[in-house]
Amino acid sequence: MNLKSLSPAGPNGWVMVITLVALVLVPPYTVLANEPFFLDLVMRAVILSIAAVSLNLVLGYGGMISFGHAAYLGIGAYCVGIPGYYGIYDGVFQLLLVVAVCGVFALVTGLVCLRTRGVYFIMITLAFAQMVFYAMVSLDEYGGDDGLVIYERSRFPLGGAIGDSITLYYVCLAVLVATLLLVHRIVNSRFGLVIRGTAGNDARLQSLGLPTFRYRLICYVIAGIMCGIAGWLLGNFTLFISPEMMNWIRSGELIFMVVLGGAGSLFGPVLGTGAFITLEEFLSGFTVYWQLYFGIFLVLVVLFGRGGLHGFIEWLFRRRS
Amino acid sequence: MIRKSLIAAALCGIVAQPALAADTVKIGFVTTLTTPAAVIGNDMKNAVDLAVEHIGGKMAGLDVEVIYEDDGFKPEIGKQKVDKLVKSDDVDFVAGFIWSHVLLASRNSALNGGKFLISSNAGPSQIAGELCHENFFSTSWQNDQTPMSMGAVLNRKGVKKVYLMAPNYAAGKDMLAGVESTFEGEVVGRDLTRWGADAQLDFSAELAKVKPSGAEALFVFYPGAAGGAFIKQYGQSGLAGDVPLYTAFTVDALSLPKLQEGGLTGVMGTQHTQQWSPDLDNETNKKFVTDFKAKHGGYPSFYAAQSYDTILLIKSAVEAVNGNLDDMDGMRAAMAKADFESTRGRYTYGKNHFPIQDFYLREVVEDADGMWTVKVVEKVFEDHQDLYVDKCNM
Amino acid sequence: MDGALILVQLLNGIQLGVLLFLVAAGLTLVFGIMDFVNLAHGALYMIGAFFCAWLTLNLDSFVVAILISLPGVFIVGYVVELLVIRHLYHRNHLDQVLATFGLILVFDTIVHLVWGPAGLTFTLPDAVNGRINLFGITEFPVYRLLIIAAGLLVALGLYLVIGRTRIGMLVRAGASNRVMVGALGVDINKLFRYVFATGAMLAGFGGMIIAPITEARIGMGSDILLIAFVVIIIGGIGSIRGAFIASLIVGLIDTMGRSFLDDLMKLVINETAAETAAPAISAMLVYILMAAILYFRPQGLFPPKVR
Repeated sequence: MNLKSLSPAGPNGWVMVITLVALVLVPPYTVLANEPFFLDLVMRAVILSIAAVSLNLVLGYGGMISFGHAAYLGIGAYCVGIPGYYGIYDGVFQLLLVVAVCGVFALVTGLVCLRTRGVYFIMITLAFAQMVFYAMVSLDEYGGDDGLVIYERSRFPLGGAIGDSITLYYVCLAVLVATLLLVHRIVNSRFGLVIRGTAGNDARLQSLGLPTFRYRLICYVIAGIMCGIAGWLLGNFTLFISPEMMNWIRSGELIFMVVLGGAGSLFGPVLGTGAFITLEEFLSGFTVYWQLYFGIFLVLVVLFGRGGLHGFIEWLFRRRS
Repeated sequence: MIRKSLIAAALCGIVAQPALAADTVKIGFVTTLTTPAAVIGNDMKNAVDLAVEHIGGKMAGLDVEVIYEDDGFKPEIGKQKVDKLVKSDDVDFVAGFIWSHVLLASRNSALNGGKFLISSNAGPSQIAGELCHENFFSTSWQNDQTPMSMGAVLNRKGVKKVYLMAPNYAAGKDMLAGVESTFEGEVVGRDLTRWGADAQLDFSAELAKVKPSGAEALFVFYPGAAGGAFIKQYGQSGLAGDVPLYTAFTVDALSLPKLQEGGLTGVMGTQHTQQWSPDLDNETNKKFVTDFKAKHGGYPSFYAAQSYDTILLIKSAVEAVNGNLDDMDGMRAAMAKADFESTRGRYTYGKNHFPIQDFYLREVVEDADGMWTVKVVEKVFEDHQDLYVDKCNM
Repeated sequence: MDGALILVQLLNGIQLGVLLFLVAAGLTLVFGIMDFVNLAHGALYMIGAFFCAWLTLNLDSFVVAILISLPGVFIVGYVVELLVIRHLYHRNHLDQVLATFGLILVFDTIVHLVWGPAGLTFTLPDAVNGRINLFGITEFPVYRLLIIAAGLLVALGLYLVIGRTRIGMLVRAGASNRVMVGALGVDINKLFRYVFATGAMLAGFGGMIIAPITEARIGMGSDILLIAFVVIIIGGIGSIRGAFIASLIVGLIDTMGRSFLDDLMKLVINETAAETAAPAISAMLVYILMAAILYFRPQGLFPPKVR
């Protein structure tokens, strides 16, 4: 684990600062250039970045390969959709709901999942996500397979609204920055050191008398809630939610975003998500057989691209200096 | 750093398309071009291409440009693509849509973006009823209509007990509701099976229940590839002698060549209802079917016929306003009149902009060249209108 | 709900079970011996189905098609191992999951390119296309009984090969202590490659025998893969016996759920809600079972003895 890379001084720190500044400037650009769809694209990348950063907390730092992270994205989005179905668009209520539902779900499933290790952990997180998926498919009242159209974005007291896309975009960006700060604080705290330690050698930390199970559980719950909030933003953004959003393929894509950017690096997942969305958009506009190239790219990244984009940037910088 | 700027450049490349002058009619066509359902999407695409060819690529002197988008069989992907068509390509018409759930998810993106939305296939009950909109038009049917005519056929044949099966999604439920609304006997069993990209294709557990239920007829709705799998298992289940099969949107020009190649003769003579048939006797249809066969070597499906009609409907609107695409009111008024010769002949629009049209009973037969196809047995409904029009406040 | 129906559904459940076993067997061997997570295993099941369907349509013989397809899928498995998989043995599970996830996309698209999106369909030879009377109470398709028989034969064969032969001994030894087998002078890489290709062939065989029922179709591999993973987790990774028992349990639960759950649920909730919910809940049941088993036995029913 490279501690230096977490401070803004390293090359990746500069990449982070520049990217974030660029992200702030996206809305004025889209207005000037009259490219509203570009804003949509970047917004989707920003929201999925939040999910990827949260997954990275458990996967990259904690070594817990969760194959069911998309479930939280879906739960978060349904926390907009289901209250909306009853005409409740109060953002505070929805967010409390997200925290409560995702928190409880992560806590209960975490109690079971964290008893297992390695591939058993991968499969059991997948199993719980599939259960949520099928549960939503079976709930006919909320659209089942067909999904649910959301007619209004969340409202906040004192007249605050995120009705227009640019406001929503800045809310998403603010949440992304807050998530990055929080993850940075967590991984550099004593708590974070333990979490990172458990990824390497859990038994040794346990023998030192550390209640590692509890630490990992807390970490798992925090990541779940973060991802739930990303889901809440996603629901507000797409104004449509279906169980498809928590399909296991989605969980796989989130993992890919993290690995592509560089697992266990603060800003890597954001880069990975950006690259993923760009690639998907670019290739799918190019040919209907885009998944062939995408699959080959995936295999090549795994075989040759160790450390992801984050590692690549460090390598570039080191070579120059 | 270099990679970063490359990404940025790539992103700009995707979205920064040159603003097109108003001398093109831009039509965004959303359908399924990947997954097994791509069979349907490709058929629709072929029909649209043929229609554009037949009109010489022009509507009221303007060039026609069709932008195809793949929904991947997923509602949220379909919605994303519609967002792109509306915001980035700035199309004049958003058309296509095989699947009801994709149409429902995409509806607001197209209509709130101020575009015309034309369904070439899907006809969910919500959009015919409470979610109707002045800028929405259908060139197909409301989901319930086809099975309603099937319910009437079952009554005529004196069937008292029926077993129903359909996939578990919006259209599947509409189909069963449609049969039940006109069928006067008893529904002795109903099964909704998993659908979507990982649809259930082994129906053994469901088929085993049919005979013990005492059903005298089995009605199913399995569009696309699932239809072939179902017909095959129906044949293997030994039900054919006891419980005859009636279908909607299951046996069509897409499944028949495959069934013929596989030698599944059990499908011959089975009956289903539809608003169109390749043997309908009108000028547009003859030209469409002949040229389609010449070009693609097989019969067009009803999906293709409806997609062909979509282009003709748009053409009638653009010509009515002499190519002034800013005249939305004029185009809307023109489309509401349905003033064009469609492949199913003339039809009219209800206030919810769904067609009021005839429905036929069709039967699977072998044509003069030995190719399996369908032909009309009789007309079941004349000028039939859907049930939801009264819920539409327009 | 009468006896005949229950019997038919039991057989349907067992048939699904043996099919799952064919896929799970290769998966659990590869997993147990090489500690390798192969998401692309389902793709080989699909490839088997397409090979077989395509050959049947061209050669007009289902049996000949199977006989040619079996080595065909073996070779595909062998080549994939050579090109991609062997570079991943020493990587962590994360890399393996990702790379094989990529392989799924590649295989699905290649099949789409070669055989088109529609899938392939063909009929069974007349000899096995009929139905057979069971104890005078009901009828059952002959072919589905054949699937059950074929699956049971493969299971028996695997049991004998692994339990009674030298190769089987090496495979078992490899599963418990890889280094030791290598030290005994066995070319472990070669062993791996053959085990991988055999696993691929078994999955391919599953695809071949189900193709006449469901038809060969893109994405069919991903559907069965997840359930096959559930099976090997429940059974215990690396255990053929565990995979067999878990396959039957999962097959029966899924089929029984689909056939009887809606009737049961109608007793508690209204009819339409029950019909919509039942297929989803029966799909959920399998995952609930897995979570419950892992809660009590974190290494499955038949955990590997030494790791």
